[in-house]
Amino acid sequence: MNNNALIPTIGVVKAIRRDTPDVKTFTVVRADTGTGVCFKHMPGQCAMLSIPGVGEAMFSITSSPTCTDHMEFSIKKCGCLTSWLHQMDVGQQITVRGPYGNGFPVNTELKGKDLVFIAGGIGLAPLRSVIEYMLANRADYGHIDIVYGSRSKEDLVDIDIIRDQWMKAPDVDVHLTIDRPQDDWDGHVGFVPAYVTELGFDPNKTVLVCGPPIMIKFTLQALGELGFEKTQVYTTMELRMKCGVGKCGRCNIGTKYVCKDGPVFRFDQLDELPDEY
Amino acid sequence: MLKLKTANADALYARISDSAKLYLPVKKAGQVNYDLWESGCEVTLDEMTVKSPKDLFFPQSEHLMEFRVSGKSIEVENPELPTEPYVLFGVRACDVRSFDVLDRVFLSDPVDNYYQARRNNGTVVSLACLSPLRESCFCSVFGIDLAEPQGDAQVWILGDEMYLNAATEKGEKVLEMVKDLCEETDGAPLAAAKDEARAKMAKNPLADLDLTGFDGEHMMEKFNAPEWKKLYQACLGCGTCTFVCPTCQCYDIRDFDTGHGIQRYRCWDSCMYSDFTMMAAGTNRKTQMERFRQRFMHKLVYFPANNEGMYSCVGCGRCVSKCPMHLHIAKVIRALGGKKQ
Repeated sequence: MNNNALIPTIGVVKAIRRDTPDVKTFTVVRADTGTGVCFKHMPGQCAMLSIPGVGEAMFSITSSPTCTDHMEFSIKKCGCLTSWLHQMDVGQQITVRGPYGNGFPVNTELKGKDLVFIAGGIGLAPLRSVIEYMLANRADYGHIDIVYGSRSKEDLVDIDIIRDQWMKAPDVDVHLTIDRPQDDWDGHVGFVPAYVTELGFDPNKTVLVCGPPIMIKFTLQALGELGFEKTQVYTTMELRMKCGVGKCGRCNIGTKYVCKDGPVFRFDQLDELPDEY
Repeated sequence: MLKLKTANADALYARISDSAKLYLPVKKAGQVNYDLWESGCEVTLDEMTVKSPKDLFFPQSEHLMEFRVSGKSIEVENPELPTEPYVLFGVRACDVRSFDVLDRVFLSDPVDNYYQARRNNGTVVSLACLSPLRESCFCSVFGIDLAEPQGDAQVWILGDEMYLNAATEKGEKVLEMVKDLCEETDGAPLAAAKDEARAKMAKNPLADLDLTGFDGEHMMEKFNAPEWKKLYQACLGCGTCTFVCPTCQCYDIRDFDTGHGIQRYRCWDSCMYSDFTMMAAGTNRKTQMERFRQRFMHKLVYFPANNEGMYSCVGCGRCVSKCPMHLHIAKVIRALGGKKQ
């Protein structure tokens, strides 16, 4: 490792999984050793990935720190770089630098708590890191609820992991929902915020939410009606970033730099910042 | 303290140039900017430079690293950081303060190696303003003393004499180089000239700007002020203010295919530009009003809130004189309530 924050390490894509029509999950290992993670991280932290000549962008690290033989990134195709990543093959090298940001307070504020994860679409990507970390350290956390919704059943990211691991894990309840009815879907149908109201969680639980801004907005409203305080609800933010170390100025919101002071914020902390995100 | 006749300044520049690159305000094509000293160049110390000296530490475009790409493989080549010493001469008090502002950004953890190398290689010789350079100067508003600039060494020009004083070890080395060209002095005539300069500054039109309320405590009040909606309207989003500003440091990182490899470089950017923060979904700060507000909120509220009250404006007045729409930070400070009663 060098001490220049902008110089990346090289990773190599070892496996590519298609999750949905526009989301793929990339398994990345160190290029020099052909195995292992590019660097250690905490759940909720991010990495800058790039293809030289195409671009560099910030992505949440989807895998948990407890997974030490590789890193995973679930990425939705929505721009230049992500389109390029989506068309690459196994064996492609990419640049990786990080870890960036604060991550979720898994060893402090969240320890011993009953937790509710609420995710929409690709919003599950940063939360999976936390969920898997907690499942690997199961005794440190209370009951876990996972509410996950997407447009259709084809758009559910990580569905095999959810079915084969999370649904079978002790003291974990998974609640899936899709926006509109589909022929071969016998689960819940409806938007995430309404489903949260319907499920009616105990307002003593702690909530981690990530998804499209409109989902977050209405979910927060639903949680408020259930009696949740903003101090009990965490989210992780996404803004355009270039440096990742609080200097290039792009992700500045009020007195905070999302890359450095975030991306994880409690909603009471967000209330103290200008509404520009 | 040393002094020499200004008529002999060229000998002084030549002497410094013998051992280090010397950058100082030079007039070229009618514009004064920091440039490399060469024998016969038109050194111009009585005008404000168009651009600030920040280029020396934070170049407008800077090579960061190089990638060799072949097939699916990528190799990254670490950059060689600059090691060549240089002297930056004739920096005004406001611009010297701007280096403190930039240091807060680039030298805070994690340190920016590129900036740090350039900063360490340089010796800053400041030049006092024994009269405000222009009506647009308002450095005193930020507690900057135009007559007593910071820096490794200080220079005053009074009449036909140049006075030099070392403030740091680096500065002493520069003075040591030129000692035999100068004579020792106690600098007695300077005291009255300094007082006169301060008195003139106090009468400058923008010297009465009041920064009361521009702090973290009043962040939401300033952010939500209705005045922004009026103020921004003339803004063209041209970014001129950003580029001439000594403290603006937002940057972009881009890749360039040289044909032999991929060069990753950074270049100045502006929060006034529509694509500065734009993401795939179109967010955030979609309107010019929001972008305009961000620039001033950052300089006057967010930055001081994070840096023990240090504003990210030094009152150099470049934006005041260069904005094509006569929109500038002084206007913003006045409109948002910053006016002495």
